[in-house]
Amino acid sequence: MNVPDITSTNAMNLAEKRSAADLRRRQAAQKLSFGLFWLGALVVILIMLVVVGYVFITGFKSINLQFLTTPPKGGLSGEGGISTTVITTLYLVGLILAISAPLGIGAAVFLIEYQGQTQSGGKFIRSLLQVVNFGVETLAGIPSIIFGLFGYALFVSTLKFGFSLLSAALAGACLVLPTIIRTTQEALLTVPVSLREGSLALGATRWQTISKVVLPAAIPGIITGIMLSVGRIISETAVFYVTLGGSYRLPKNLFSGGRTLSLHLFYLAMDTNAFEKAMGTGAVLIVSIILINLIIDLISRKLSAGVRLHQ
Amino acid sequence: MNAIKLETHSYSLYYGKFRALEDISIEIPEKQVTAIIGPSGCGKSTFLRTFNRMNDLIPGVRTEGQALLDGEDIFSMDVVALRQRVGMVFQKPNPFPKSIYDNVAYGPRVNGIREKNVLDEIVETSLRGAALWNEVKDNLGKSGLALSGGQQQRLCIARALAVKPSVILMDEPAASLDPIATQRIEELIRQLVEHYTIVIVTHNMQQAGRVSDYTAFFFTDESRTGRLVEFNLTRKIFTNPQDKRTEDYITGRFG
Ligand SMILES: Nc1ncnc2c1ncn2[C@@H]1O[C@H](COP(=O)(O)OP(=O)(O)O)[C@@H](O)[C@H]1O
Ligand SMILES: [Mg+2]
Repeated sequence: MNVPDITSTNAMNLAEKRSAADLRRRQAAQKLSFGLFWLGALVVILIMLVVVGYVFITGFKSINLQFLTTPPKGGLSGEGGISTTVITTLYLVGLILAISAPLGIGAAVFLIEYQGQTQSGGKFIRSLLQVVNFGVETLAGIPSIIFGLFGYALFVSTLKFGFSLLSAALAGACLVLPTIIRTTQEALLTVPVSLREGSLALGATRWQTISKVVLPAAIPGIITGIMLSVGRIISETAVFYVTLGGSYRLPKNLFSGGRTLSLHLFYLAMDTNAFEKAMGTGAVLIVSIILINLIIDLISRKLSAGVRLHQ
Repeated sequence: MNAIKLETHSYSLYYGKFRALEDISIEIPEKQVTAIIGPSGCGKSTFLRTFNRMNDLIPGVRTEGQALLDGEDIFSMDVVALRQRVGMVFQKPNPFPKSIYDNVAYGPRVNGIREKNVLDEIVETSLRGAALWNEVKDNLGKSGLALSGGQQQRLCIARALAVKPSVILMDEPAASLDPIATQRIEELIRQLVEHYTIVIVTHNMQQAGRVSDYTAFFFTDESRTGRLVEFNLTRKIFTNPQDKRTEDYITGRFG
């Protein structure tokens, strides 16, 4: 059979030329935009390096073992180290997580796993859950000083816990709860429905399915949320300024006040002339935050590897 | 003919206002393989999931009519007890991100079995039953996810067997597998039917012809409501269909 040759050589050359020019144009556009992205990234990194570098260089002189292991002396001089503030920070991290992790994870499990699962009269419960979800979203974006004021009003004055570890822990728990709830929700949502179905089809109850299959699969994501909260607690100042007081001594019990590392930095900067000590404290804070972010990075890498394995 | 294991009478199912299944009456015999065939979207999976009440998980699902297991009303049973009697294998292999051993021991464990030697025994028999034992016996601690697709599906079958059900529902169990893995699953189904009642959804008619004793043909029209057109011995459905639509479907006129 004789097929007419519709792609004459001329037409073909033209098409080729046109697509070659087009390709060059597109490549140039790509080069330009990637160049701009790079520039943007470079500027961001530079700014970060300058800030961190400045803190490190000015603070470096005051950091040594003694600085880390002696308590601050108090007063206007800003003499002494930071040991008690580190310990108070750790106390607070522990207390806040002990309150907020079970509550937050429980709330997230409830919001995700039981959402819309109510068979009869489900409409009311479903809209209630929607309201709660909206509330969690909103709380996560509220400035922390509001949590501080709330904590001051409720825990410090109304409940008369005073400026204390307890007040600060409760206010701090309110602060990080939305973060824990949201990251746990996201982690639960990444667990495939097929795993839940597989478990239920084997005669597992809903709770067995959650505790033995869904939560274990979501653990890396949940830990990420908890680490984010730890970072938030370590760097928080406003909430603890109005709930923890400012004593530089080690708290003796739940009802004594204290100061965290960031709060100490705040006091050093505002009330003393110990500029280098403040910078040293800042450097310690930055190092802790970097460490926490490294851990989060490690976990989420593990998480995505696990997800890939499952697909 | 064998005793009746599963049956529905004038059974209809609604997803909210949408009627997915209408007026289905069927009697599925014990220790036989019954295939459910029909074009995609005609309600095969929905119908299969009736027998272990997986549709309960979907909000807004409503049913009419009866569904019985061994003559007992499925909807008034305790759902956990029902799912111990009626196991399920899904379209895509869905092993838990746990070891092979823990995957198989999962069902017995959630049903309260703790003794190590009992669990060991169940794991071995189940893996043997699913024709997987020889391939994994030295690696029971390995993750179930590290197996090939066909092995994963047999692991899921072993996991279902471990609960000691009398019925196994399979929803296109070979749809995601290569021809060789598919053939192994089909051979396995023929072995399992000695002891279990098997209901398998497939849109592969050759597969239905190879593995099943009985075939139910489901069909739907513009209403998208699924109906049972014909149910008979597979041999008869394929050689002498009573309904024009069945004939058109198996001769490939609907694709
Ligand atoms: N969860 C659901 N909610 C609403 N409609 C659904 C749901 N699952 C399935 N359907 C609908 O029910 C019909 C039957 O679906 P399905 O049982 O999955 O068919 P098949 O397995 O034969 O392909 C389809 O029209 C599908 O869109
Ligand atoms: Mg289907």
